[in-house]
Amino acid sequence: MAPVKLVVDHLTAYYGAKPAISDISLQFPDRKVTAIIGPSGCGKSTLIRCLNRLHETQSNAHVEGQVILDNEDIYALDPVRVRRRIGMVFQKPNPFVTMSIYDNVSAAMRFNGHHSRDETDKAVIRSLQQAALWDEVKDRVDSPATSLSGGQQQRLCIARALAANPEVLLMDEPCSALDPIATSKIEELVGQLKNDYTVIIVTHNMQQAARVADFTAFLYLGKLIEFGATEDLFERPQQTLTESYITGRFG
Amino acid sequence: MKFDRFARRKLLSHTITVLAGLTVVAVLYPLVDIVYVAFVHGGGVLFQATFLTARNPTPCSVVSCASVGIAPDIEGTAAMVGLAALISVPIGVLAAILASEYRTGGFGRAVSFTADVLSGVPSILMGAFVYGYLVIENPALVETAISGGLALSAIMIPIVTRTTEEALRTVPNSMREAAIALGISKWKMTLRIVLVSALPGVVTGVLLAIMRATGEAAPLIVTVGFSNLPFDSLSAYNRPAGSLPVLIYNFALSPYSNWLDLAWGAVLFLLIAILIVNVLSRYVIHRMTVKMSGGS
Repeated sequence: MAPVKLVVDHLTAYYGAKPAISDISLQFPDRKVTAIIGPSGCGKSTLIRCLNRLHETQSNAHVEGQVILDNEDIYALDPVRVRRRIGMVFQKPNPFVTMSIYDNVSAAMRFNGHHSRDETDKAVIRSLQQAALWDEVKDRVDSPATSLSGGQQQRLCIARALAANPEVLLMDEPCSALDPIATSKIEELVGQLKNDYTVIIVTHNMQQAARVADFTAFLYLGKLIEFGATEDLFERPQQTLTESYITGRFG
Repeated sequence: MKFDRFARRKLLSHTITVLAGLTVVAVLYPLVDIVYVAFVHGGGVLFQATFLTARNPTPCSVVSCASVGIAPDIEGTAAMVGLAALISVPIGVLAAILASEYRTGGFGRAVSFTADVLSGVPSILMGAFVYGYLVIENPALVETAISGGLALSAIMIPIVTRTTEEALRTVPNSMREAAIALGISKWKMTLRIVLVSALPGVVTGVLLAIMRATGEAAPLIVTVGFSNLPFDSLSAYNRPAGSLPVLIYNFALSPYSNWLDLAWGAVLFLLIAILIVNVLSRYVIHRMTVKMSGGS
């Protein structure tokens, strides 16, 4: 197994007094794609939102346990700094509606520190190229982000996350609001992103997990049922629950 | 049987349409009538050459006076509403940010509840409050345009707070989460992403408050009094000032025919000014919204 980037250790996340996920321990390998699958409401999104401390920003939500990024517990660090190292792409494309394409991608750089215009320009171009959007927008980076199609907006959000130069990229069902063509573009992109980033992707689509992920975790009712190499999990599941889920008997 | 049900539905649909049309008439009639009456009585005065430049005339009920004008009152209203806007916009917007974006701990909730209650308080009470708490304590403020501006700002603050809070709430949470996930600090996110996204709504609220303050007479009567001196420098804030609503209130109750005409002219002017601001602001907000949504 590849070196570990992110360790989840006995993590329980609550909404009020009710745990949405309980006692999850899991290791995400460096520069690999790990998929988190499971039926609706199993806690996939809650889990991924604990990894950049977004869960706790909701009212009455709190977390117990540890998430260790390169030997440091992120819950002992400043959450704003954690989020600069762990980027996120959401279920629905959420570009900043008041901003142009360029301003969206450069948002983190412009708001979080002092960078020269030249530096910012380069980072914007690099991120748009990495997100496979550059060729489509290079002539109109100053047009509003909302002038893009849904699939393009999602790739814009990926570029925006990458421009912040994160080490880990979290993707919360990034294709669920997209059509099949846009979906396949994003999937292709995920395959390339793992060369530079540790990618963790939540998906309700098992085929997608099988296509893009090196490792897969199966969650059910807030508990981690099984975790392993994607091939093993889909072809030789160890748990009967996993087997019935991937063969479509429930969920 | 089937036909009957269709016929009944159609009849019901037509009845509701007619009723809806009647309510439109009921809503529009007073507005049209007010504008019409104001034109009939004030039109003649409004189009006199000196109306916007001369001072209020002395009463002359038999012969008409040479120069009729409401210049000091336009200036006074603009100066006091301007001062009130300078005070109330920052306070109202900050209070709204507190109420909408920093809601935890109950303090934000208290702010929005207070703004709700305050915006229902009669304006004369607001004027009396400013008079009782600020003006009486500082004799230098008695009967000055400064205290008039303060009284109008007391009316504007809750309006700006409520409308801004509502505008901030319409910004989808996904915008906030996108910014948080990029490691953007909360205050930068609030000011440069959430507030900017809500700007059309905030501008609407500010203009609404300005229009409301422009038409208020009661809080000015208790704080500024009335004056026919031109508002020609910043030092004019230290003395009584004229204003359109107080002019209308004073002159409409007078027995002099030229003062009555002047009051009608001021009514018409105020109506037209508010109409223009309203239309302009709608245009600006439309442009802003179109720009944001990427349409053409």
